Order: sequence, then structure tokens, then C-alpha cells
Amino acid sequence: MDGGGIRIQGLQKSYGSGDTAVQALKGVDMRVDPGEVVGLIGPSGSGKSTLLKCLGAVIEPSAGRMTLGEEVIYDDGWRVGDLRALRRDRIGFIFQAPYLIPFLDVTDNVALPPMLAGRSNFEARQRARELLQALDVEHRARAMPAQLSGGEQQRVAIARGLVNQPPVVLADEPTAPLDSQRALGVIRILNEMAGKFRTAIIVVTHDEKIIPTFKRIYHIRDGVTYEEEGEGRAPV
Amino acid sequence: MISLAGRDIMHAWGKFVFTGLGLGLLIGVTLSMAGIYRGMVDDAKVLLDNSGADLWVVQKDTLGPYAESSSLYEDTWRPLRGLPGVARVARVTYLTMQVRQGRREVRAMVTGIEAGGPGTPGWPPYLVAGRQITRGHYEAVVDLATGFALGDRLEIRRNQYTVVGLTRRMVSSGGDPMVFIPLKDAQEAQFLKNNEAILQQRRRTAENPSYNRPQVPGLLEAVIASQSSNPSVNAVLVQIAAGHDPQELAERIRRWQRLTVYTRGQMEEILVGKLIATSARQIGMFLVILSVVSAAIVAFIIYTLTLGKIREIAVLKLIGTRNRTIAAMIIQQAIALGGIGFVVGKITATLLMAPIFPKYVLLEPLDSVRGFVAVLVICVLSSLIAVRAALRVDPAEAIGG
Repeated sequence: MDGGGIRIQGLQKSYGSGDTAVQALKGVDMRVDPGEVVGLIGPSGSGKSTLLKCLGAVIEPSAGRMTLGEEVIYDDGWRVGDLRALRRDRIGFIFQAPYLIPFLDVTDNVALPPMLAGRSNFEARQRARELLQALDVEHRARAMPAQLSGGEQQRVAIARGLVNQPPVVLADEPTAPLDSQRALGVIRILNEMAGKFRTAIIVVTHDEKIIPTFKRIYHIRDGVTYEEEGEGRAPV
Repeated sequence: MISLAGRDIMHAWGKFVFTGLGLGLLIGVTLSMAGIYRGMVDDAKVLLDNSGADLWVVQKDTLGPYAESSSLYEDTWRPLRGLPGVARVARVTYLTMQVRQGRREVRAMVTGIEAGGPGTPGWPPYLVAGRQITRGHYEAVVDLATGFALGDRLEIRRNQYTVVGLTRRMVSSGGDPMVFIPLKDAQEAQFLKNNEAILQQRRRTAENPSYNRPQVPGLLEAVIASQSSNPSVNAVLVQIAAGHDPQELAERIRRWQRLTVYTRGQMEEILVGKLIATSARQIGMFLVILSVVSAAIVAFIIYTLTLGKIREIAVLKLIGTRNRTIAAMIIQQAIALGGIGFVVGKITATLLMAPIFPKYVLLEPLDSVRGFVAVLVICVLSSLIAVRAALRVDPAEAIGG
């Protein structure tokens, strides 16, 4: 599956039924290639979070098709059997706040997804340490989340999102709590990791300072996406 | 896979330990209540064992001498002694009352015993200090729990008794320590009135024309004399000769002597099944209440702890954690809380509550095992509310919007 990226075509999502039905997504098309980091931008109520939840296999779309690599996840009402396993093995999540597990140290926070996937504790921790090293937080490996700075917590959260080497990572406003320098640092890390692991990364953001760093951006408004692509964006 | 429950407990150990301490005190009270019930049953059995009797002969159609009052003429023992299979008989009286020593008072079961020797039914079977009663009046053997010492002077009604012997674990079914005195003294003590009451009774009798007839000299004196003495005992204890059947002998006494007779098993049934039945029900009710309170506390604590982790649970579910892993985490925490509580409770009940409790508290190992299992079951059941709340958490909560 590696190298397949994520593709969605005509994705729709409705809440409720009859006269009270609300169509949050009205036919979204999107494509993110392996190793690519794209931005997803839209005002409140545009359907951004609904799209993210559909992409993250948290809620099921009403219609449309989504493929992860060569694997079909949704296809007009049909869906893959085990969404939980799909989220565990093939999708990484990075949240607005780091949401680290407060009672696990840094290493175990990162090692938890591979452990959940059935890997041995030793192997999972080995992979966690490698990622922590790559993200320059290995020196805090034994620290508890509460002992980390905001930037360190976010880097640990990135490591957790990438540790299973998923083909797609969904980042929900990952730079919101950070200052400009750290925000740009996070985007640089995501670009590096996308290139290193051939991961397709979708970054949902309102952050004006990082928007220029994306080579491609999807705008979402009233449940419909518009792609913006162009040279001359600010280099990361 | 790492233990999420263990890590959470280690992370918030103070919260768990202090909650466990509180729960433990409650469990300690629960174990002590069970111990008090066991102690009451044991007291009843000890009372029967120490009496040295095989049969209790009491007033017809009564549950005496421990559960109901029973009155037999003191010469009832004579026909019983002559029956085949009877080795020894002895008369006894039991009277629960306040025994005074100066200004100090002790609630005690005063037992009147016949002259005889060690092994006589009703006698204390062993002493830990001093000697048995050898005089016909004003000597006493007391249980250590009375707090009296050898040589102390006790006051029972108007008479004073010298403590000549000490015994141990001789208590009534209610847990009152026993004080042994000579039978005649005990008979007198049962109905002894003060001087004013005696004078008044004599005056009333003398003024009754039926008792004070000029033609019958001596009648009044005879009536007054009969009012001043007590020819009754509460029971006759019977020891059976080897090789004889207690049931058969009891049946013979019932049929020919018109008396009620209880065997050891029947007397135990009366003491345990009737005399302490109300107490047992009260203790049982307390156990139920304490169990419900413990369950409520565990449920509240675990539910609160779980609600405090809703975001983390949403993240765990989002990254693919199985529901059963999350449920196991919560249940394991509840079990750990119960485990801490049980250890604290067991220590509290054994080392703190039992030694200072005024009643005998018997903590049986099997009760501890049952208590431990009950605590675990209660903890698991109590955690189900929290498990339900955790399983209802939507992984989407981890994603904003």
C-alpha cells in the first residue's frame, strides 16, 4: 500500500433526515500523494471537522468513495470492516493540543500505537526512540508529559502520529498553541517526516503564518472543496 | 502491552492510596461486624462447652436457662441422679446483673454453682490463677474480662465476696463475663429484697386474715419463712455416663419427670438460632448497608476518575485501542482500589478494632477470603457505570470542531 496516498471522490455527509437534514459535505474531492503535505483551510461551519472525521474513519460518509493506497475504504455506503484497526494501523493523528496520555512517559506515549498494533514492547519502544531522536526530543524520553514544554509535547505527539508509519496522517491545527517560530518548526518537521516515511499529511489550519508554506491547499466552504496550487509559496 | 491501569495508578498513587485508606476503614468496619457475629456464635458455644453438661433440664415448656427464665425445685436433681446412664448432676442458677466493686460496676452473668470439685457441671473448667470455690459462702471465681483481681472484694446485692480464682473466656452468650459464686448465695441473690421491702411484705402478710388466724398458731411464721427463701434453681445440668445415648436419656426424662430437656445440639440451636438471631439479622443488615455504601464509594471514585480521563479515552479510542482494553483499565483500577481497601481494612479490623472492641471479635480466615471475593465483586460491579461511560465516549471528541 505504501506510496498510494489518499484519494476521495464525491464524498458526502448528511446529518439528520427529512426537513431537518443538514448536508455538511456536498461532494468533496481530494487527493494527497505520498510524501506530500497539503493544507485544508476553511471557516467555521464549512465542513472541515466533518471531512477530517470522515478521513480519519471516525464517522462514515453518506456517499462517495475513499481509497487509502490501493485499498477502498468507503464506496457509496459500503465500508471496510474494521475501522478501529484501520485507524490504528493506517492513519496517524496529530491534534490541536498534544493530548498525550498523562500517566505514560514520553517513550510509552509514542510506543503505545505499535503496542496496540500487536508489536512487542521492546520493538515498539525501539521505534519510539528512533522517532524521538529524529524529532530531537530523545533526551526527554523518560519525562512525563507534564514536564515537557509546549513545543516538546507537540513533537512527541507528532512522533506518536508517525510511529506506525501510516500512509496518511491527519493533523488538526497542530500549530495553534505555538508561536510563529515553533509553528514553522512543526511544519518543517512534518515535511521532513512526510518525505522520510512517504506519508501523505493533511494539515487542517487557520494559522495564517503557516498557510504560505503549503505547496497545495484545499479550501473548504459550504461542504465543497476547492484546490489552490501554485509556485511561489513561501519555502518551509 | 503495558498496563494502562498500573501506570495510571502509579501516576496518581496519592489519590488511590488515600481513597483506598478511606475505603479500607469502611471494609474494616464491615469485617469487624462479621467478626462480632462470629464472636457471638463462639461465645454461645464456649458457654455450652464450659458448662460441662450433656443435657440441660429446665422448667417444662421453656427455653431456659439462657434464652428464657426457668424455675425448678432445687430437689429436682434427686430423681434425675438415679436414672440409668446419668453420671453427674448439678444445679445452677444464672443471673445477669451489675456487680459492684466500690464505685466501679461490671455487667456480669452471676452463676451459682454447687459444692463439688473440678469437672462438676457448671464449674469453670480451668483457672488461670487462684483456686476454685471451697467455702459455702462469699467466695467468687471471676472471668478476667471483669477486670477484677485475686483478693478483690465484690458486692452482689448486699453481700460481699472475695475473688479467690480467675478464669478466662467464660462469658454469657451476650458477651458478659461470668462470676461464679456458691449456689445458695446465688439463689438468695436472685430474690433478695431490701430491708424495707421485707418489713413491708411481712406487715402485709400479717394483716391478711387468711394467714394470721388465731386458731392456727405458727401459720403466719411459716408463710413468712416461705417468702424469705428461694427453693428454686434455673436448671439442672446432667453429665451422661460413657456409652449412653443423650437423646434416649433426654426422652426418658421428658416422659417420666415432666420436664423439658435439651441436648447439646438443641441448646446450641436455641442460643444461635433464637437468642442471637435478632443480633445476627441486625449485623447482616449492617453488612448489607456497608456493602452498598462501599459499592457507592467505589463507583463514585472510579466514575470520577474516568470522567477526568474522557479526553485521553477519546484519544486512545481514536488511535485504535480496543474497547475491552479501556474497560480492562477501568476494572483493574477498581480492583486495585478494592485490593488496597481490603488490605487496609483487614489490618484495621485485626490490629485496631478487634483488640479494643468491648465484645469478642472472631475474625475467621474463611470470612476474610469471602470478604476479599465480595470486595472484588463489588468493585467490578461498581466500575461498570464508569466502563459504560468510557465506552460511550466518541473517538471524534479527540478531534476538534
